[in-house]
Amino acid sequence: MSKKTLFDKVWDAHVVSTIENGPQILYIDKHLIHEVTSPQAFNELEDRGISVFRPDQIVATADHNTPTLNQDQPIRDTLSRQQLEQLSINCKKNNITLYELGHKYNGIVHVMAPELGVTQPGMTMVCGDSHTSTHGAFGTIAFGIGTSQVAQVFASQCLLLTKPKSLRVSVNGKLKNGVLPKDVILYIISKLGTNSGTGYFCEYAGNVFEEMSMEGRMTVCNMSIEMGARGGMIAPDETTFEYVKGRKFAPEGEHFEKKVAYWKTLPTDEGASFDMEYSFDAEDIEPMITYGTNPGMGIKISETIPVDENPSFKKSLAYMNFEAGESLINKPINFVFIGSCTNSRIEDFRVAAKYIKGKKKANNVTAWLVPGSKQVEAQIIEEGLKTVFEDAGFELRQPGCSACLAMNDDKIPQGEYCVSTSNRNFEGRQGQGSRTILASPLVAAATAVEGKIIDISKQLN
Amino acid sequence: MEKFTTLQSRTIPLSVENVDTDQIIPARFLKATDRKGFGDNVFRDWRYHKDGTVNTDFVLNDSKYSGSILVAGDNFGCGSSREHAAWAITDFGFKVVVSSFFADIFKGNALNNGLLPVQVSKEFLSDLLQQIESNPQTELTVNLIDQTISVNDSDLSEDFEIDAYKKTCLINGYDDIDYLLSKKAEIEAFEQQSV
Repeated sequence: MSKKTLFDKVWDAHVVSTIENGPQILYIDKHLIHEVTSPQAFNELEDRGISVFRPDQIVATADHNTPTLNQDQPIRDTLSRQQLEQLSINCKKNNITLYELGHKYNGIVHVMAPELGVTQPGMTMVCGDSHTSTHGAFGTIAFGIGTSQVAQVFASQCLLLTKPKSLRVSVNGKLKNGVLPKDVILYIISKLGTNSGTGYFCEYAGNVFEEMSMEGRMTVCNMSIEMGARGGMIAPDETTFEYVKGRKFAPEGEHFEKKVAYWKTLPTDEGASFDMEYSFDAEDIEPMITYGTNPGMGIKISETIPVDENPSFKKSLAYMNFEAGESLINKPINFVFIGSCTNSRIEDFRVAAKYIKGKKKANNVTAWLVPGSKQVEAQIIEEGLKTVFEDAGFELRQPGCSACLAMNDDKIPQGEYCVSTSNRNFEGRQGQGSRTILASPLVAAATAVEGKIIDISKQLN
Repeated sequence: MEKFTTLQSRTIPLSVENVDTDQIIPARFLKATDRKGFGDNVFRDWRYHKDGTVNTDFVLNDSKYSGSILVAGDNFGCGSSREHAAWAITDFGFKVVVSSFFADIFKGNALNNGLLPVQVSKEFLSDLLQQIESNPQTELTVNLIDQTISVNDSDLSEDFEIDAYKKTCLINGYDDIDYLLSKKAEIEAFEQQSV
């Protein structure tokens, strides 16, 4: 029998049929939706007189466009309010479960779905959001889709797709003190560039990922799209099963055991081949930051910005107001954001709180801590982290996508730098004219305390 | 969806690499619940300064150039999956985007909206951009049936690839929903067998 990859096994199990010389019909187990990329899909179905085929396989949340303050009050911005109202109407009309603003399960779609056990190994999952790759942490084929495809899944629970090529990125060895999952993925993207993964589905392998928590694995898989890959996956193991067990939508009892037996068959067969492979040494990775306007433009904090004559590279540095060859250490920073579907899980806030405890936020810094979900928020309070943050002068806000894409009021002002735990440093991503520096929650916390970028590895060792 | 077979047009050259969908349509314009009108804000923060005045340095504001073909640098459409980017580009009046590389999701979104992404070699793209910049009147012919892109009145021409199924859809103006709905029985049978 031919040797198969994790990706092959999950993909092949979901192929309904293959069009001759064309794409395949892929069955989708779970469809996650939110307010921004679904309304036009609902309209399209309505215009064509088609009903939603499998409403019980859809889960909805409000996250992109929600305020992170005063969530109990009516939303002031008319367009935002209308978009959320439209989602509620559409879900009600089509019998779709919605965890709306204020619900105890509300949160960023890629934080709340795994928390509820909606995400399970071996599934196919889609959402009109490119960071759907996050769910690959469970050994799930999960990827972002456009709104036309949202409509297709509404209508048929399927998509027409050509099977992507396979890519494996292995990282082995021991990570240095202060190197977090975010640094691992920023390092990989800095080495491979932003389009090396285009056309591929990526599997992350090696002891570094095996030893990571589910939160860490989600951070890694989340940014697969930042190197162009449609999705990233990590083989399910005991860590995965333990995480899924007992969650709201997880299978129970004998059914769970049966599923685990199946999930154990999913890891890539020994000797299976990939279309492309890369491997890195864990020892080479250090705390990372970005200096440009795409996530591939990253360096170790201790390094200097490279010199490159490419006009797009120069345009990017000009936007950031950085010079080629300069170090970012000691750069004054006035804004820090800890949040987003990359780094807003409980572990991220534990890391930040551990560093911040007993220290004070620098006076020049505005710092926003935005939990990924209501459940994360509740846990922050329960574990006493909120007190740590508040004692140090930090503001804990309410859950949502927030300043990652600045659709709501959480915008970084023109020209200001923001050290951010989010996933994209594109021009104006966090507000018109804002300048984003991507980093781990530890580096973000240290920046907030110091009011400038510091070499965190020096401080730790 | 509108049918597409062949197009002759002048072009607008955007020689920037890694154009992400946040530049094509910034997030603050994604609050609408229908597909119309996004063209007003396409490349908003490159077309206008923050105070609302027109950025005359940006190519879309340069009266030398016009047409329904956008010629862009490598890795066009990366980042967010927002289909609003494809809607904004088509609503502005483009029917074809030429680049040496397209991000996956953008490419799919474009095809689902009758916007043809034409992927050419880096050499061809570089020659093409040079040609357009030296002569803004340059006209291109994009022929989907033959899968060719050529500069009118010159030898500059190249073949391009497109998925055979997607090609049929574009030529006939079909979309995936029509096809998937015709396979409902097969999908239901698949569900029965996988339970």
